[in-house]
Amino acid sequence: MADVSDQNQTSYDLGMHTEQLLGRTQQVFFDVGAVEEGGFAYPYATDVDFNKRGEIDAEDLSAKEVNQRIRELMEDGHGTIVIKNPGAKHSIAVGILNRLNLIIEGSLGYFGVGLIDGPNVRISGRVGWSCAENMMAGTVIIEKNAGSTFGAAIRGGDLVCKGSVGSRTGIDMKGGTIIVGGDTGAFSGFMMQRGRMIVCGNAGKNLGDSMYDGTIYVGGEIADLGVDAVPGELTELDKAWLARKLKMYELLPDKGVDHFQKIVAGKQLWNYDNLEPTEKKLIL
Amino acid sequence: MLQALKHRGPDSTGFALYGLPEPNEYVLRFKVAEQEDLASGFKIHDEIKQRRAEVDERIVSMGAKIVEQDDATPYAYRYEIAFDGDLKKLADYIEDVEGAEILSIGNALELIKDLGDASTVSGDYELGDMKGTHGIGHTRMATESDVDIRSAHPYWAYPYNDIAVVHNGQITNYWLMRREMERLGHRFMSNCDSELLAVYTANNLEKGVSLEDSLRNSVEEIDGVFTYLVATKDALGMAKDTMAAKPMVLYESDDLVALASEEVSIRAVVPHEIDTWDPYDEEVRVWRT
Repeated sequence: MADVSDQNQTSYDLGMHTEQLLGRTQQVFFDVGAVEEGGFAYPYATDVDFNKRGEIDAEDLSAKEVNQRIRELMEDGHGTIVIKNPGAKHSIAVGILNRLNLIIEGSLGYFGVGLIDGPNVRISGRVGWSCAENMMAGTVIIEKNAGSTFGAAIRGGDLVCKGSVGSRTGIDMKGGTIIVGGDTGAFSGFMMQRGRMIVCGNAGKNLGDSMYDGTIYVGGEIADLGVDAVPGELTELDKAWLARKLKMYELLPDKGVDHFQKIVAGKQLWNYDNLEPTEKKLIL
Repeated sequence: MLQALKHRGPDSTGFALYGLPEPNEYVLRFKVAEQEDLASGFKIHDEIKQRRAEVDERIVSMGAKIVEQDDATPYAYRYEIAFDGDLKKLADYIEDVEGAEILSIGNALELIKDLGDASTVSGDYELGDMKGTHGIGHTRMATESDVDIRSAHPYWAYPYNDIAVVHNGQITNYWLMRREMERLGHRFMSNCDSELLAVYTANNLEKGVSLEDSLRNSVEEIDGVFTYLVATKDALGMAKDTMAAKPMVLYESDDLVALASEEVSIRAVVPHEIDTWDPYDEEVRVWRT
């Protein structure tokens, strides 16, 4: 396994730290050492045992009751929790700031697994709008389709939908990786600021509209690019990274990844502080 | 399905249900007052009687025969009428009575809407025993128009029998389009922007435009954010705006097509795990019965 300094260098080589935004930034790099020393933990975070398994039948429970039950099981040391019969209810499994192996047998409604930091989630069904919104770390793997605003404003982790997703995928994303096995709708990557999105199928219109930074890879056809989204050069490093990520989630196409298109920010909108509105129109 | 969406809007609920059509026999659903009018004093009850008697007289004077009549509520009624004349003339003459509004006229369509959640309206109007092929419905949270029956969905596409519309969204060129429709002779009963879609659809069908083309044209001609459904006696259609800003979840199987703003609504009638997806921007679909 590569050490942290190697990973750090690779991330720079991939262009993940090239931002030169002026002014105050909220960017804080995660300090691995701090975790080892017990210096980084959320309040009420609990030690869990992944071999200790608990189940929740959500059929007759409200979303609030399901979420409360998840917390109770975690406090009791359960590291693997299975939710049965979620019935497409909204706001299931939100706000989990803990290591956890969460298995959801069925579909979720709106805002499923939002605001999470750490859990590994598998969902056998479909998810509604705004799945994993503001996700900070962990993995979420969805076997079927997803609704619009998939992974809105995510900051970290891997968010994977093996089917197709709706519109505005990864809107305002600030980090992490979104992977779509099928197609994505219009305005995907809208106002994206950092992070990576991989779409194995087709992308709808206005892809990457007003993106500030970050990278979008598309394996199929792109309806059209949004304002300030431009084609980038797919490097060997990009291909290696794509192949590794897609293989991890069993989404690597038979023909490989050479056909993927890379979309990045043109950064004509980037120095918005320095341009008058009329000048901004001229450069577009 | 609608009760599962109560959280989206508890103000009013409406149903457009399609039974088996009978040629030249229509179901006429109309009201002569709003629910809130009943609290305005004793006088309203006499006025309601007078208005209904006036409607009865006008129906007969237009050559229609009232076959059966039911009092769904003290202010809304269901008539079965035999009629082979001009529906627009009949509708205009009835709606000329003060307080009268036709909710629907149809060979197959029955449109029921009132204040309250789905269980309340369905119970009040005894809809549990109705049999038919398809239907559309709506739960409404009033935003830019009043909480009353005339602002509730679905909307009947006056004066066409068997056409109803439900809508989620906001139409930003409503007044421009409304004035255009009014210049063409169409009437509006409310200030709710959703009514425009019903009138717009009626206008297109009047010109011989197919339902599919009407839906497709609407994506170009109607501004704003919208997803809407249109039902006719033998078809169900949907259209989504160019921004795909309003939700719609679709489920199709060999014997059922179900659409809703949220999957939890579909799961109320199909409890097992199913494959569903979101139609994309500018997507138009039509299903035939």
